[in-house]
Amino acid sequence: MSISEYIKIILDLTDVDIIESSMLYDDELHIKVDGGNFAKVCNLLHESLPSPVMMLFAEDMVSISGKFVLYCAFLDAEKRSWIFVRQDIAGDKGTFGSISKDMYSASLFEREIKEMFGIEPAGNPDLRSLRLHEEVWPKESHPLRKDFAVKRPSSFKGAKYEFRRVEGEGIFEVPVGPVHAGIIGPGHFRFSAAGEPIINLETRLGWTHRGIEKLLEGKDLASSVKIFECISGDTAFGYSLAFCHSIEKICAIIVPERAKLIRALFLELERIYNHVNDIGGIALDVGFTFPAQFASLIKEKALQLNEALSASRYLKGINTIGGVARDIDASQVLLLRERLPVIKKDIMTLEKLLFSNVSFMDRVDATGILRTRTARDLGVTGVAARASGIGHDLRKIFPGIYKTLNFNVQKEHPGDVAARLKVRFGEVKVSMDLVQECLEKLANSPDQLIGPVDTKEGFGLGYAECWRGPVLVWTRLDGKGRIARCKIVDPSFHNWEGLSFAVLGNIIPDFPLCNKSFDLSYSGNDL
Amino acid sequence: MKTEIVMGEELKKAIHAKFGRSFHIREVDTGSCGACESEIIACSNPFYDIQRFGIDFVASPRHADALLVTGPVSKNMLTALKKTYEAMPGPKFVITLGDCALDGGIFKGSYYTEGGVKDILPVALHIPGCPPDPTTIIKSLLTFLK
Repeated sequence: MSISEYIKIILDLTDVDIIESSMLYDDELHIKVDGGNFAKVCNLLHESLPSPVMMLFAEDMVSISGKFVLYCAFLDAEKRSWIFVRQDIAGDKGTFGSISKDMYSASLFEREIKEMFGIEPAGNPDLRSLRLHEEVWPKESHPLRKDFAVKRPSSFKGAKYEFRRVEGEGIFEVPVGPVHAGIIGPGHFRFSAAGEPIINLETRLGWTHRGIEKLLEGKDLASSVKIFECISGDTAFGYSLAFCHSIEKICAIIVPERAKLIRALFLELERIYNHVNDIGGIALDVGFTFPAQFASLIKEKALQLNEALSASRYLKGINTIGGVARDIDASQVLLLRERLPVIKKDIMTLEKLLFSNVSFMDRVDATGILRTRTARDLGVTGVAARASGIGHDLRKIFPGIYKTLNFNVQKEHPGDVAARLKVRFGEVKVSMDLVQECLEKLANSPDQLIGPVDTKEGFGLGYAECWRGPVLVWTRLDGKGRIARCKIVDPSFHNWEGLSFAVLGNIIPDFPLCNKSFDLSYSGNDL
Repeated sequence: MKTEIVMGEELKKAIHAKFGRSFHIREVDTGSCGACESEIIACSNPFYDIQRFGIDFVASPRHADALLVTGPVSKNMLTALKKTYEAMPGPKFVITLGDCALDGGIFKGSYYTEGGVKDILPVALHIPGCPPDPTTIIKSLLTFLK
């Protein structure tokens, strides 16, 4: 199907006037409409594709065109394309019609736009801040506006955050966090319970907000890659990969085959150590300590392998714009061939330990169910979605180098802790095989590691199917090779809400177990 | 590996002498990316097994001798950090871990980070790295306790 046919099919879905449409890249369709038709077009795409709102974000172009631009991105998994719908918002007006009544997956994004830009999504009933907590940040101050200054109004006293209240006889609240008993990131969980079952869970996040999107503005590419490696430390490789991808798209940089293979190899190694870590966490949270300790040893072996290959346990310093900064040499290939089978054997043992234990299975079966419909409505992605019967995996939709590699998407249906556990075990095994395949292909690939880099102005979406799910990075580059605006979406952003729904009706002591089975990022969500 | 055992033995002696075999640490993440947490947790895995030297990570500040802080101190975590410190019984001291906790690190200059724990609490020891690996963490603790 040609690009013009594709545009026609999409535009035929709607009877509204399209101001502009273009296929910016072979995987990005852009449609511009006016404010009055924005919600209608978005809703049509949302229902016909079907796709949740994958991204919804604003860009401050007031100094250039006097306007803000609002982008809403959908995923056409079947035709392998991202569809961006955009509208201009007059700079002096600062409001747009909320779309989250018809598309719930837009609601968190709208709250984000409100706090970061001060643009009001008219009609959204929940406009509380996500990351800039009322207690410490004045609500008139919007960091992602270009005219933002850090100065606080002198009269600022700090406001109070209102949790949703469940009322009735015998209802009580259990507040947990932000400082937790374990060594993990900070988050606040407010449980409302009657007896043991959870009636409502409100998750308040944003505690690790570091202002990353603002920090990136004006940065050169090399320092940006370093920042991306520190957004969510357990996804250092995946984040830098998604960022490099966005720049390589904008600047039409050709990444050499060998670099693509090395990137795939490390992306899978990142998946392996994290999935093993999560599996161990699930065992730990039901008090099954032997497999938990065993898993921590497997993770340690994987981290030491990472270090032997890249001089970094967390795979930092590998990705660079245009390719990779490190090769895998012959001795490292041998090392991988020697150590991977050991790790694989351990993982098989771990799987047997867990799945053959009746009392363990009793804890994970039918616990923390996230229904397919709920997952769809919330826009849940990645492992959590695949365990609830939504088989999306960017490695299949936009294969790139994965086209030459053999693998199946791991999918389960029940959406419980056991399903998420099975998806992880399935994916670890797949990743092991993928690494082997990459090694075979590396033997015959030419030496070049970095393609010629020549920056130009423009914008584009980079992405990677990381171990939690898709990491999306939309970047606009200015004419000097610096970042003008960057929007980042971690799979945790929507999946935290998935967790809030999955725990309903479960007992509070099962919360850590449900939480671990989602294994979400605080820092990736908080940015 | 051999040097690590020797190092571990020395660490054990120091802790026995100064803390009566129980040096307890409470950890607080003030905006870290999570890599430092991963390495702190790794200190307790069977490979490093920091507990055999008498060091343990505890769930409550009430049980802690030391506060271990990671991250560039996001504005949201400032109060939680101070409260956790206040909740500890004396004598107590603060250890910072990772480049962000020293001065904001890669997030220095952001509108939402305080940049550096030392400006907020008295810091007795800093363990550098992004993140420091478990051997570095154990070594630093030993050098400090001596």
